[in-house]
Amino acid sequence: MPASATASRVLHVDLATGASRIIPFEGRPLHLGGSGLAAALYEAYGLPGAPAEDPRQPLIFAIGPLTGYYPLMSKVVCGFRSPYNGQWAESHAGGRLALALRFAGYDALMITGAARTLSCLVVGSRRLEVHDVHYLRGQDVFVTGKYLRRFGKDSSGHRSTVRIGPAGEKGVAFACANVDSFRHFGRLGAGAVMGAKNLKGIVVLGDGGAALPEGKDYPKLFRDIYGAVTGTDMMQKYHDLGTAENLSVLNELKALPWRNLQATTDPAIDGISGERFAEQLLLRQTACAGCPVGCIHIGLLRQQFARDHEFLYKQVSYDYEPIFAQGSMLGLTNASDVLALLDDTEKLGLDCMSAGVALAWATEALERGVITEAETIVPLAFGNVAAYMTGLNHLANGANEFWRTLGRGTPSATDAYGGREFSCVLGQEMAGYATGEVFFVAQALGFRHSHLDSGGYSFDQSVPPREPGTFRTPEEIAADVDKAVAFLADDEQKRIAINCMVACLFSRKAYSMPRLQEALAAIGCRAEADGMPDALRTVQAARWRLKLQTGYRPEEVTIPKRFTEIVTWKGPIDTTYMEALRLAYVDAIRRMADAPAPTAD
Amino acid sequence: MKILKASRMERCIGCHGCSLACARLVHKRLSWATAGIRITSAGGLSTGFEARLCLACNPAPCALACPTGAYAQRKGGGVKVNRDLCIRCGNCAAACPVDAIHLDGETGLPYVCIHCGRCVPFCPHACIELADLPDTPDTPDTPDTPEQANPDKTPDAPAPGADADAAREAPHAR
Repeated sequence: MPASATASRVLHVDLATGASRIIPFEGRPLHLGGSGLAAALYEAYGLPGAPAEDPRQPLIFAIGPLTGYYPLMSKVVCGFRSPYNGQWAESHAGGRLALALRFAGYDALMITGAARTLSCLVVGSRRLEVHDVHYLRGQDVFVTGKYLRRFGKDSSGHRSTVRIGPAGEKGVAFACANVDSFRHFGRLGAGAVMGAKNLKGIVVLGDGGAALPEGKDYPKLFRDIYGAVTGTDMMQKYHDLGTAENLSVLNELKALPWRNLQATTDPAIDGISGERFAEQLLLRQTACAGCPVGCIHIGLLRQQFARDHEFLYKQVSYDYEPIFAQGSMLGLTNASDVLALLDDTEKLGLDCMSAGVALAWATEALERGVITEAETIVPLAFGNVAAYMTGLNHLANGANEFWRTLGRGTPSATDAYGGREFSCVLGQEMAGYATGEVFFVAQALGFRHSHLDSGGYSFDQSVPPREPGTFRTPEEIAADVDKAVAFLADDEQKRIAINCMVACLFSRKAYSMPRLQEALAAIGCRAEADGMPDALRTVQAARWRLKLQTGYRPEEVTIPKRFTEIVTWKGPIDTTYMEALRLAYVDAIRRMADAPAPTAD
Repeated sequence: MKILKASRMERCIGCHGCSLACARLVHKRLSWATAGIRITSAGGLSTGFEARLCLACNPAPCALACPTGAYAQRKGGGVKVNRDLCIRCGNCAAACPVDAIHLDGETGLPYVCIHCGRCVPFCPHACIELADLPDTPDTPDTPDTPEQANPDKTPDAPAPGADADAAREAPHAR
């Protein structure tokens, strides 16, 4: 049960002064937690007029009121100003961080300022230290993790380590912050924000605890929810093949991007399918703390490093999106090659999706002569894994002007060198769904420019294909646009509920709104339960307002030509429909941001 | 007499479901530390997980080290703890050869496995089981003291079963 009836407990650390304080941050019935808490904290303590790279900008890690209390309440929202686009942004990750924050006793950790030397922040229920780790400058994520485990050894197994690699230190706009061994705050550059703060790592010690609510409601509800997620097939697909099962499915649908989206299907899929990974390379599954599902799939990478049967082995996590971005998108058709690239990406501290899609653009740009090997240094070519491994290093380390520009995002590179028409950018580098108009608009305009903002990809798949060669009438377009925009806004709000608690999005079938309200009430958060529908509208508006205040101009977002050239199982893209949808979603975003401001009553 | 054994830790996914269940059901706490079984990873998640729990020593060094009689030898192995007699000296934790006793940072109270098995149904891979002690008659377990177990009477999960039952019930072991 929360310590305060209405306030979230926030630990604020200012790295510039070394001072810290506990903030009882009022208004939990309105901001709930997670996504809403991060946005409310930025509204209160952020600097909307200052650039994203300004070290005074807060970097926020927020959990929700249900974190730790129920199964799959195992994620953390990281809120920050994105070095990629300057705007208010979120990235989500699990690992042990959510429970470590809960047991350390904080609803959020907010970090401002830059440390004088490269540092590691250690926080626990009764500890707060900033350590000088200048000796880790330039070290990769794996080495850094090993050294940072020297902090908080007493809490071994009950601590979480967030750290950055060379990409974060160099300010690559899609540098990620790695969480424990296999999870990440991936997209939009949280790692670069840590780098700008001279913050190499954060160790959170989950060394405390709390009393549980009295009565029968909580144990009964826990049992029901646990039974639903483990005793039914609801989560089975996430544990079995995992999200990688979608590779074959989307390839069959003609919706899997191949070679910078020059194709949407390829018979070579068998080499990188979820089935191939599971049968030949899967070592084991692992889980975020507090989740019995175990969706994290770990593959075996066996590499020969010298003659005479000299081998080393590594454990590399894989999922659908990483295999798309650093497999099919780069024309790789061998699963071990994909794991090798993912391993290097992890080590360097790059977001795997953005890095893969950026490399795919660079490859086609080189093929077309938009850039030359003078820029790329290495002969990038679809299917050439060795070239891509070198390319990843150039990208993370900013080897020359071209790689530094690409490291600011593919749009920066197309501004400088051209080739925008074949850049696979939807707000940021695309996610792996060439499913059609709704997904393209949803990612291009969405709050996080993420496939996780809303289920645009599933909406595309739910609409039956049209007769070949036929296009919508204006009336049909208007009706379809209304339906799609209503779906996107509604689905976004449902996902905001999950992101405020902060549950894993895979659990969204287990956590309907009424179930979340029940769960809140059972742990004593009655006001949050009763006011949840209003609070969600408030949070949705606050998030969009912040994004607009920090530079977002949805009207200016366009969809590159490449997305109009593809053919899916539904046939060619209907560009008239897509443009109408884009304009309507811009209006919807403006309306969502204009929702009435919250009132304290 | 049965004891809790972490027999198949190579299957562990690191969900901490066992620790959370023990804290929740036995100790009425939201915690992964104030529990009789705790999961650690040696050198990062890539090395897998190990369980810290009482191995049911007989005689138990922790009971011998306890100056107040708060710890008593459990029949067949392991200990019973009467918290009312505990002076929070920490001798029990220092005496444990396998680091199975957690001293709570706030209260100084010791947390050690009582071999009740209530964590077993919450392991999705049947890594843990209630098993017969070797070479001991399978006599019914005697209830632990309320101070020790503080059992929640609400049937929060299926009654802990023996090995085969646990393996059948484990969602991913089906």
